[in-house]
Amino acid sequence: MDRNPQKSFQDMILALHDFWSAHGCLILQPYDMRMGAGTFHTATTLRALGPEPWNAAFVQPCRRPTDGRYGENPNRLQHYYQYQVILKPSPPDIQDLYLESLRVIGIDPLKHDIRFVEDDWESPTLGAWGLGWEVWCDGMEVTQFTYFQQMGGFDCKPVAGELTYGLERLAMYIQGVDNVYDLDFNGQGVSYGDVFLENEKQMSKWNFEVAETDALFDLFNKAEAECKNALAHNVPIAAYEQAVEASHIFNLLQARGVISVQERASYMGRVRDLARGSCEAHMEKEAPVWAEKYPEWSK
Amino acid sequence: MSDFLLELRSEEIPARMQAGARGELEKLFRREMDAAGVECGEITVWSTPRRLALIARGLPEVTKAVSEELKGPPVGAPDQALEGFCRKAGVEKGDLETRDVKGRATYFAVKNIPGRATKDLLAEAIPAIIRDFSWPKSMRWGAASISTESLRWVRPLSGIVALLGDDVVECEVHGVTSGSVTLGHRFHHSGDITIGNADDYAMKLRAGHVIVDHEERQDLIRSGAAKVASEAGLTLIEDEGLVIENAGLTEWPVPLLGRFEEDFLEVPPETIQLTARVNQKYFVCEDAQGELANAFICTANIEAEDGGARVVDGNRKVLAARLSDARFFWDVDRKKTLAEHAKGLERITFHEKLGTVADKVDRVAKLADWLVFDAKAPNGDHNLARQAAKLSKADLVTEMVGEFPELQGLMGGYYAKAESLPAEVAAAIRDHYKPVGANDEVPTAPTTVAVSLADKLDNLLSFFKIDILPTGSKDPFALRRAALGYLRLVQANDLRLSLDEVAHAWASKPMPNLAEKLADFLLDRLAVQLRDEGVRHDYVQASRSWQGRPDQRIDRVEGRARALAAFLGTEDGANLLAGYKRAANILKKEDWHGAEGEIARTGEEDPLALVDDPDMKAVIDAKMNERHARELSYTPEPAEKALMDALATSEPAAAQAIEAEDFSGAMAALASLRAPIDRFFDEVTVNADEENKRAHRLELLAAFRAAVHKVADFSRIEG
Repeated sequence: MDRNPQKSFQDMILALHDFWSAHGCLILQPYDMRMGAGTFHTATTLRALGPEPWNAAFVQPCRRPTDGRYGENPNRLQHYYQYQVILKPSPPDIQDLYLESLRVIGIDPLKHDIRFVEDDWESPTLGAWGLGWEVWCDGMEVTQFTYFQQMGGFDCKPVAGELTYGLERLAMYIQGVDNVYDLDFNGQGVSYGDVFLENEKQMSKWNFEVAETDALFDLFNKAEAECKNALAHNVPIAAYEQAVEASHIFNLLQARGVISVQERASYMGRVRDLARGSCEAHMEKEAPVWAEKYPEWSK
Repeated sequence: MSDFLLELRSEEIPARMQAGARGELEKLFRREMDAAGVECGEITVWSTPRRLALIARGLPEVTKAVSEELKGPPVGAPDQALEGFCRKAGVEKGDLETRDVKGRATYFAVKNIPGRATKDLLAEAIPAIIRDFSWPKSMRWGAASISTESLRWVRPLSGIVALLGDDVVECEVHGVTSGSVTLGHRFHHSGDITIGNADDYAMKLRAGHVIVDHEERQDLIRSGAAKVASEAGLTLIEDEGLVIENAGLTEWPVPLLGRFEEDFLEVPPETIQLTARVNQKYFVCEDAQGELANAFICTANIEAEDGGARVVDGNRKVLAARLSDARFFWDVDRKKTLAEHAKGLERITFHEKLGTVADKVDRVAKLADWLVFDAKAPNGDHNLARQAAKLSKADLVTEMVGEFPELQGLMGGYYAKAESLPAEVAAAIRDHYKPVGANDEVPTAPTTVAVSLADKLDNLLSFFKIDILPTGSKDPFALRRAALGYLRLVQANDLRLSLDEVAHAWASKPMPNLAEKLADFLLDRLAVQLRDEGVRHDYVQASRSWQGRPDQRIDRVEGRARALAAFLGTEDGANLLAGYKRAANILKKEDWHGAEGEIARTGEEDPLALVDDPDMKAVIDAKMNERHARELSYTPEPAEKALMDALATSEPAAAQAIEAEDFSGAMAALASLRAPIDRFFDEVTVNADEENKRAHRLELLAAFRAAVHKVADFSRIEG
């Protein structure tokens, strides 16, 4: 069956998979944890460290509890998809590859105005920053394009290029739809709303009104303790998962509105310590192997 | 002579960095040429999002030969020293010359550096320019970035074109090799463009859909935007910042006009304009009535096949989503009254040592109330001022100001109007941050003046109280701006505020030290402000004291300094100052303090101010009697008598004028002393042989000096 990325949300994703697979990327599956952005996937964070080449593409569901609108806002969701591409080291033709991927899903740059507008990226939680752009298509931001400079407080050597496509936005644009729930999911009439509207309603209610806050505080503390336990046993990937967990629980607590302004900084600091500690431990564990394999590399 | 072209091509350079980058490129190029002794003629620098270009006209083919001499050790110095010198200078021992230096034979190394081919020089200069280039933020990229020593650039550097005349200047920087090949527009041109020389560069790029001259792109955007606006029967609202930014985002700019739904015009026009400008970089237009129109102008980077219909439609949707947000904020915010919003201020820290914003608002309300109550800001209404102050910061917790902090004040004004608060209150909320910039309008509505003054005074007093003052370039709480705002409010409204009383009202108790700190700070700002208007700094210094303390009324210092400047600009003033300096010098030389001087040794205190003190009065009376006794002991010369008579009229006149704060009058009174003091110095010998004459004349000069000091402290005047 022919793919029709201009009429079908799932075909658009498959077209991107085909494209990046053809350009040497591993096509990974989503990380099986709740996270705020594709950047949290270990295929991005942990793989951005160290000298080994790494090219991967994957869809990552993202959870932003505070963005929930009970299914009533045409473009805000508490759960949505990002398409992540990570290319390490960043290839010289990365911009051309990216533009080619847009053509594949039906955006012709002679009909649509594509622009690279300065937008630097920083995640204090991950001790990470990079320079790049938000890519505009007729004035709409469709992709975040970043050259990672630091991750977990370490210089990225070499630098990875990260592309993050906002899939729903892009699909709305390509399909000419003004409401996310009207997106055609499969090109055969099943809408995004058919799949997700009820989830958005229920999850918005749970995020904002229902979630038991004592249990959430408890989960946060447990994730923090477990992260430290994992670090003590030198399993940094497991530790990192707990940092991701703590980060999401923190976002839920925020949505429940039970963290005061003063406490907020302290919670963020705790998540940051977990995430950076995990990255550091990962670095410590892998550095000897990397240094042996890549003599020109050093921590 | 040849022309040189350098193009540094990269991935998209942030628009805001391009002007600085052009300056940096020219500066570094000149540095390299200066170091090699090459005189540069005309240099042109251009930028687009994807390239920086420099053209230097008329470079020589060969640099000038230079002869360099290095002085070495004297003949007979130890061999070690001599060898060291040769090593350093890079010459053989046998090539040294011997010369006489102050009678001593000394070795010299003479190096003749022959001229070099400019091409070779440029081949070294280009890598140096790239390595030393300073960007506000730079990055590493690609395989080479496995080492942190790899090249840094604003975004990946992808190509170098370097041509001297028709020849490539060959060089290599971290794997990027120079050549004559560049790329055209990202979408309108495929394949390489080979540049022949500096002359065909711009032309060939234009054929490749790139306008390399940023000023030309700016002109195109400026005129193109105005044109599409007028074709739609509208007038473009000019925005030079947007012109430059859009020129920095495009290589082939095409302004396109689109429309948004008219319904959106129900939200305040400022929010529409801001959303369009900040988030989307669009221009907006107004209609024939001067009202914001439902139109936007975006600047595309392509000449779209369909004339831009799709581009416009896409941009319209994005803007519509943004405006929906703005309308949502507008609707949500109005569901609560400002008073309800203001409760949220209790959760916002103003400063860790100064409590919450709600605390600050209480202080501002109290002070605004006092300013009106005591008619310091006349004609204000007590209740209105307090109400406006209480609500002045409420919009900080609204959704709209959360999204667009620039709209603080303005939105509060709209919301106040929407809930039908008195017009004076709405205006005071809207304008109480004013004046912000040097050209910003200064409020004159009484309620607004009270709130605005109170807000600024509270900032100054609060931070001064916890010893936070601006240092050097650091002024995180914008206290200098608050001070300037205070000055301009006082000036525009002709206010006579005493800072003693202000500080007292603010703290509910006398705060003389805090008031003096505030006065000092404001007077410094006043001096800066007046200096920009041509009133010298020392005139402000000479006017700073009032009855022995830093003057607590800034308006009075200003009035005095201005009158002083006007007076000293006249011939009378200049001559009187000369006479004053002469008198002061004589008195200093003779160590003569005079009757007043013994009391007023510092020159700061005004002896008359101390007359209330019974002890002092006795001393002054005694001195006065002594002076009178001297006056009578001989017949004064005519010039001496004339000065005495002039002083007898001028001094009380000046004192009276000062008391009435009529500073021009006081200066005029001083002016009448000018002729007598000139004549006195011409005709009278101060250091007469007779002691009684000498004493009397010195005393007369002291009295003259004292009279002048009553008007201003002339000892502070320089030159």
